Amino acid sequence: MTYTPKYRASRRSVLKGSGAAFIGLTMLPRFAMSAEEKKLNFYNWDTYIGETTLADFNKASGIEVKMDLYADNAELFAKLKEGNPGYDVIIPTNDYVERMIAAGMLDTLDSSKIPNLSNVADAFKDATFDPGRKHSVPYMWGTLGIGYRKSKVKDASSWKAVLEENENSGRISLLGDGESVIGVALQYLGHSFNSVVPAEMKAAEELLIAGKKGVKVYADDNGQDLLASGEVDLAMEWNGDIIQVMGEDDDLSYSVPGEGSLLWQDCVCIPKGAPHPDNAHAFINYLLDADAGALIADTIQYATANAAAKAKMDATYTGNPGIFPPDEVIAKCEASLYSEEKTKLRNESWTRIQAA
Amino acid sequence: MESWKQNKAVFWVTALPGVVWLLLFFLIPLALIWGMSFGEKTSIVDIEITGTLANYLRSFEAVYVKIIWKSIWISVISTAVCLAIAYPIAFGICFSPARWRPLLLLLVILPFWINLLIRTYALIAVFRTRGTLNFTLEWLWDLAFLDKLVGPYQPLELLYNNGAVIVGMVYVFMPFMVLPLYATIERLDRSYLEASLDLGASQWRTFFSVTVPLTMPGIVSGIILVFIPMLGMFLVPDLLGGTNAIMIGNVITDQFKAANDWPFGAALSFLLMYVTFAALAVRAFIGSRMKGGVGV
Repeated sequence: MTYTPKYRASRRSVLKGSGAAFIGLTMLPRFAMSAEEKKLNFYNWDTYIGETTLADFNKASGIEVKMDLYADNAELFAKLKEGNPGYDVIIPTNDYVERMIAAGMLDTLDSSKIPNLSNVADAFKDATFDPGRKHSVPYMWGTLGIGYRKSKVKDASSWKAVLEENENSGRISLLGDGESVIGVALQYLGHSFNSVVPAEMKAAEELLIAGKKGVKVYADDNGQDLLASGEVDLAMEWNGDIIQVMGEDDDLSYSVPGEGSLLWQDCVCIPKGAPHPDNAHAFINYLLDADAGALIADTIQYATANAAAKAKMDATYTGNPGIFPPDEVIAKCEASLYSEEKTKLRNESWTRIQAA
Repeated sequence: MESWKQNKAVFWVTALPGVVWLLLFFLIPLALIWGMSFGEKTSIVDIEITGTLANYLRSFEAVYVKIIWKSIWISVISTAVCLAIAYPIAFGICFSPARWRPLLLLLVILPFWINLLIRTYALIAVFRTRGTLNFTLEWLWDLAFLDKLVGPYQPLELLYNNGAVIVGMVYVFMPFMVLPLYATIERLDRSYLEASLDLGASQWRTFFSVTVPLTMPGIVSGIILVFIPMLGMFLVPDLLGGTNAIMIGNVITDQFKAANDWPFGAALSFLLMYVTFAALAVRAFIGSRMKGGVGV
């Protein structure tokens, strides 16, 4: 064969071009108008906005928000990778913010259009993954931990409770997200969540393979349901998910293990190619409003990065150790850092663990 | 009838929508993915097609071969179970009174009206530890006073294992097996069956020597329709399987999502396609050899 296909496949730009052409065709009359149409396409996690937030925003601004849902960051990334299909506001987690900035997928924010930025808690005003907060505004933060049934589980203060064989074996679920599970195993072994040291990665892989006997299922995003329905007694899950089911069942509790855990931060961003950037800025500003932020926090029970909103909340929220863990626990937590090498190694390891 | 050669305009006008559709939504995307399978990632979003075979070579690493092998045997068992259940169903529908047939067929395709994801979640509600099935069994257990004699009912662990995956697959793909079987059994000339029985063959003998060979086309197309999508299934093992549930479909999904390695995902997808084509070729070969002997 003499033909060797060798062209620089800039599929992104081609598809973006055709996508733009398509949008151009369908929206031609609207472009004739000077101001943006009163619409906003919001791509969000499920159960991750206040009960009446979108309706309230519509009342305040006249902008109609259409919300689509994604189940994980990977889905969000895959959807936007080939060009923005029309979303104005997205909420990626910190490591994906980093990844999307590196890939040039996020628009720079115009802070003059977001006066409520002053409401952001000091700790979140800057970020290592987005120096100067040029592309992202903090939304909620939280931890990865263990949700457990108090009457069945003696001790959930260590990752040992879910990673090694014990009296609760067979009644344990881990997350289906390999990067986080391997990261936590590394922390349990005394290493960094983000380690790519081969020997440490190998030890974590062996630990997880040995622990499989005790694990019933790698749950994608439903560990809290498994826990609530009595399918498992211990579930590695995100704090907000567990706190939501704790409200329905007094026998459930949440702990962030002493070895440390993952501390994540979800951020509001505007993807490149957003059709309504002005509306997007208005929406972001609205999310950072004290009352609107308090309403969101009240519905979803995650820790808000909005200090003005937190000040409006009562002690059942601000004093909940599941939402705001003690400082010494936070000090041990790490943020997931983005690296292509880490993603590749973790994914290969995760495939091996599942196939073992 | 006029030959299309004499009326080319009519031919092209009627064929054009189909051809454009096939080209635009099937062949071009497929060609893009095929090209990608010979590519390399050059950055987070860019892929350069270099003609490398590295992605295919990587597919033959032990871990992936093991997962492909697992996908094959799970699919073979699920297809066999599907066939064993669907055949009597199709037979029953064909031999039921004519006025019942449309209703029975409707019942077979009824599940299509509900989203696959929701049907699978419904299975979870039935099979989980504190699900419908375990509650029913517990009720029967207590009804038979077994709780007094043997002890309290121990719920069966029905979910999160390979058995649950097979049950889920059979459930999802059953209609695809019933319909082609129904189509051939309905055309079956019943006088052959009567002749066989009149000439002294037993019911069993008649079934295996007459009915099965005569309905072979339906069996084969049912198997193909069911086995191939099963091989690439990722939703059912994801939701119903345990810690070992991973199938090749899950690995491919991971490459396009979490791992962000589209070239490798593309190579795995095409590998699956090559296996499928090989299976079809083998079938065609066997079919042509059998033609003389059995006379199907």
